[in-house]
Amino acid sequence: MPVIEVTNLRKNYGGHDAVRDVSFSVEPGEIFGILGPNGAGKTTTVECLAGLRHPDGGRIRVLGLDPQRDHEQLRQLVGIQLQESQLPDNIQVDEALELYASFYQDPADWRALRDALGLSSKRTARFGKLSGGQKQRLSIALALVGNPKVAILDELTTGLDPAARRETWDLIEGVRERGVTIVLVTHFMQEAEHLCERVAVIDTGRVVAVGSPAGLVTRVDAEQRLRFYPSADLHDRLLTDLPQVTAVTRHGQQVLVTGTGDVLGAVTSVLARAGIVAEQLRVEQTSLDDAFIALTGQEI
Amino acid sequence: MSSATATLTRIEARLFLRERAGLIWGLAFPAILLIILGALGGKKHDKDLDGLTLAATYVPIVIAFSIAMLALNAMPPVLGSYRERGVLRRMSTTPVPPSRLLAAQVAINVVVAAIATVLVLIIGRIAFDVALPRQAGGFLLAFGLAAAGLFAIGLTIAALAPTGKAANAAGAITFFPMMFFAGLWVPRAVMPDALRHVSDFTPMGAAVQALQDSARGHFPHALHLAVLAVYAVGFTVAATRLFRWE
Repeated sequence: MPVIEVTNLRKNYGGHDAVRDVSFSVEPGEIFGILGPNGAGKTTTVECLAGLRHPDGGRIRVLGLDPQRDHEQLRQLVGIQLQESQLPDNIQVDEALELYASFYQDPADWRALRDALGLSSKRTARFGKLSGGQKQRLSIALALVGNPKVAILDELTTGLDPAARRETWDLIEGVRERGVTIVLVTHFMQEAEHLCERVAVIDTGRVVAVGSPAGLVTRVDAEQRLRFYPSADLHDRLLTDLPQVTAVTRHGQQVLVTGTGDVLGAVTSVLARAGIVAEQLRVEQTSLDDAFIALTGQEI
Repeated sequence: MSSATATLTRIEARLFLRERAGLIWGLAFPAILLIILGALGGKKHDKDLDGLTLAATYVPIVIAFSIAMLALNAMPPVLGSYRERGVLRRMSTTPVPPSRLLAAQVAINVVVAAIATVLVLIIGRIAFDVALPRQAGGFLLAFGLAAAGLFAIGLTIAALAPTGKAANAAGAITFFPMMFFAGLWVPRAVMPDALRHVSDFTPMGAAVQALQDSARGHFPHALHLAVLAVYAVGFTVAATRLFRWE
């Protein structure tokens, strides 16, 4: 049975549909990504999941419960890390953890959680004095301190440097290993590719695709690009005659070939037969970024 | 008291002490003000002050000053910044509603106001020979209603102010005119009649007169108690209706 089921969710703000039609389901123990450009309705969707907003249409079930009707029960079971939600500057790390642990019936051992998240040297540090990465780790700890079955993490690594981002990813994988189902809202493709089993791509309030990151890439079937410098003169015809090649363009000496399927194999073998070496050959494969642009028509 | 409420109150109290502004303005400043005014006035009983010494005149005024300082200038900016920074919103995702945080804030500030009141009464008694309130029940009632009225106004400011800074400004703008009617600059006894009648209907004017009457052994006037009760009920309703968690 899915942990989260969202069916035809709709939410309107002042005459404008922030969420028009969002449906997806999340299986137990998976990391599920919600991807989309700014203003696509990602945050509104998770706020409805968390019971913070009242949907105008559709149906949501989290662990079989209705976030509006059963919010008291659900708040014990769902841990949330919200964008732009902070703590008082003067609260210490240990105080924040102790405080949030006291809110739950069956909390985790907050000291162990603090140590696991690498905050043991910051026990008496004040929130206002923590670095961005440390604040984020504390925020994750607070989302997990209630021993939730589901954790919702919104824009977890925004504003972190690459090293801190990597560390946070490792943490999230560690959380999944505890058996927590994770919903991750992000606009980082790399993050989704690295962490998520499945993602839902949301654009202007609608789900435009759901699937594994790799599956989305193949579904889009975007073209591959090869760039190289031919060692000898090369007629375009040699390449454009190949069924895999869709276009050949030149930038000075450099040849850019776009194509589908095994375009790399076809091009290299025809060049080999002609006795031409493709120097500095580079292959650009479709990434989730390209897939995302193809799906939503915009860059993030 | 559940453990969540106890932990919340304990940690909010620590944050209050760390902030220091509340302690300085709500506790230390009223005490120092009484010491300065008491020293200036000496033991002279002034006919213009209904035969009271300057210290005795100012004991209820600095008590009202302390309550108002905490209710209007210390608490609203804290709650305003909690909303501004998403502290209340963050809490609303947990099983404990953020209204408990408001309750903890009010409780801590009222306790500090009570401590300041006791401190001011002791200083008045020991240093300036001001008798302790003779009508203790009336005094407690006056203190309770004054705190209820002023903290309800403070919560309404916190409900309306979008940021900590806005709450700070709104609190100060409310505080100074109210302190004028409390008689901080011109004690009620020397106010012209018309001004004193206006003062009767302000929360601080009513609070000071109710505290002064009970200090001198009379039960407070129904008018002053009713004025405070109306402010308390009216602004509690307003704060409850207007408060937004984000």
